[in-house]
Amino acid sequence: MENYNYTKYHPMDEIYRWMEDVERANPELVSSTIYGYTYERRNITLLKLGQNNTAGREKKVIWMDCGIHAREWIAPAFCQWFVKEIVNSYKTNEKLEQMLQNLDIYVTPVINVDGYIFTWTNNSNRLWRKSRSQSLPNSTCYGVDLNRNFKANWGTIGVSFDSCENTYCGESAGSEPEAQAVMDFVGAMVNQTLCFLTIHSAGQLILLPYGHPEISAPNYNELVSVDPNSGSSRDWARLIGIPFSYTFELRDKGKFGHLLPENQIQLACEEAYVGALSIITYVHEKAFNNSIVSNSAATTVKHFTLASGIAMMIWSTIMAVFVATGFI
Amino acid sequence: MFPLWLRLYLSRDKSRTLRPKSLRVWKPIPAQHRSFCSHFLHYFLSHCPQNEVFSEEEGAEDVMATGELNPNHYPAQRAAKVVQHYLTTRYGSPYRLFGLQRVHSGNAEDVGDSGRKYQLEIAVHEIISNTTQKCSAEVFFPHGQKQESPQVQASCEELLNISTKAQEEALYQQYKMNQTLISAQNLPDSHGHIEPDTKPLWHLGIVASSFIMLKESNENTLYNMAQVANITQLATENDQLKFDCHTLLHDMVSQVNTHNYELLDALENGRKSKLFP
Repeated sequence: MENYNYTKYHPMDEIYRWMEDVERANPELVSSTIYGYTYERRNITLLKLGQNNTAGREKKVIWMDCGIHAREWIAPAFCQWFVKEIVNSYKTNEKLEQMLQNLDIYVTPVINVDGYIFTWTNNSNRLWRKSRSQSLPNSTCYGVDLNRNFKANWGTIGVSFDSCENTYCGESAGSEPEAQAVMDFVGAMVNQTLCFLTIHSAGQLILLPYGHPEISAPNYNELVSVDPNSGSSRDWARLIGIPFSYTFELRDKGKFGHLLPENQIQLACEEAYVGALSIITYVHEKAFNNSIVSNSAATTVKHFTLASGIAMMIWSTIMAVFVATGFI
Repeated sequence: MFPLWLRLYLSRDKSRTLRPKSLRVWKPIPAQHRSFCSHFLHYFLSHCPQNEVFSEEEGAEDVMATGELNPNHYPAQRAAKVVQHYLTTRYGSPYRLFGLQRVHSGNAEDVGDSGRKYQLEIAVHEIISNTTQKCSAEVFFPHGQKQESPQVQASCEELLNISTKAQEEALYQQYKMNQTLISAQNLPDSHGHIEPDTKPLWHLGIVASSFIMLKESNENTLYNMAQVANITQLATENDQLKFDCHTLLHDMVSQVNTHNYELLDALENGRKSKLFP
């Protein structure tokens, strides 16, 4: 694990091996779970980051998934980066250690394993987006847009019913094993789940689910819709009652799009890490310390080095929204 | 991805600038529509039903925002992206490319039944010199039965301050004098990498694609060029440089990728200072 290069993109077999290595090297913090199987029968694996809670309090849950869209390589890279940062800093960061005693952070580096592997096969498959399922035996087209397959106003807005299209939503809500695996696993712990983060790329914005007030994030590119994005995991999470549900869209805005150069992985991940950790810290404070929102946020943010001013602006904008809406 | 075949003609003329002179596009039509077109690989766009090649987003908003727009929301952002494509077609070159930095403000109004007009204040980023400047722009999206190109007017502060002539001239000479015809694929590659000596070809692909992206844009699209799949120099007998170019375009809204085939003429950079009409 020490030799693992987090500023390169890794094929799936290396990511599987990395997960084993991380778990083996950090048994007191990391444990893995296979919580489903893809269409092509591959493991859907997550890493749970958390420590024993000495006070015996019920642990709350943070969910993070990456790679729901196969071509967004920066997303799995970020999930790996995130785990690496937590593992490398929790022993020397008191606040983080405290949070890990109260929270379990479930990280799935690659949900759409079949699709991700497909994008590695050759250049012409690099921009594949969907899963690799085949609905009908003699169908010529493969795959479902997994982020249109969740049970949240499935099949209404922004989808296609054509199996050849990139936003094909599947035969029915939850028809795809990958989406169903998430819904089953998270659904079973919905009461403990504080936060649902799903990581994407090539938009550079934070998307809020329906019902939240409009917010201007600084590196905003496009807000797809303030209405429910039909069948998306983010809106499913919100609908089943997870209070904080975000889509993180990492670099870039269109110059490289999904083909983000490896020399930008570090910057993209640093930006997103600060943002993700800020949200996690906020929900932790809200759930466990119940302190005044702005004060506690300011205090906890100091514990983390802010790698970029952009992340700080994201953070402060989110805070302004929560204060303004008097969120539960 | 939309595959786009581009033929790039780079030639001398009076203004002697390394800029697109003319553009011819062939687009492969999906199999189910081929009955309308010949079965050759290349088609002229005008012969084929355009609106069936592109995937329309289902459930597109019927009621568009009018009046002052939120500059960060999609109506203003999509219109501003069109301005980016316009600026690239007008002023772009291998050494001058534009990105949309930010929308400061936007306003939209219906123009009777004929279409919708957007007025925008935006910040545009010239990527190669890494400079930013403000532009005022107007974008008109016609509403007709058939997809029609948006019409753009834009004025920017100092768009052409940095001269790129010397570099363009050098590039022209390099490609003209080469013993072998240059060719490159997958710019960028799967890992986002572009070989430095193929970067000008990537830029040429962006400029050429911008003509198509400008032409095909509407209020429900947000186009970027995803990749130059292939760009190949062709031999010419005159002063022109000629390229075949196959690019992939990505539409953020529908998430559809399309292939495009483009023919682009570009002119040699010259001694006259006036670059633009």
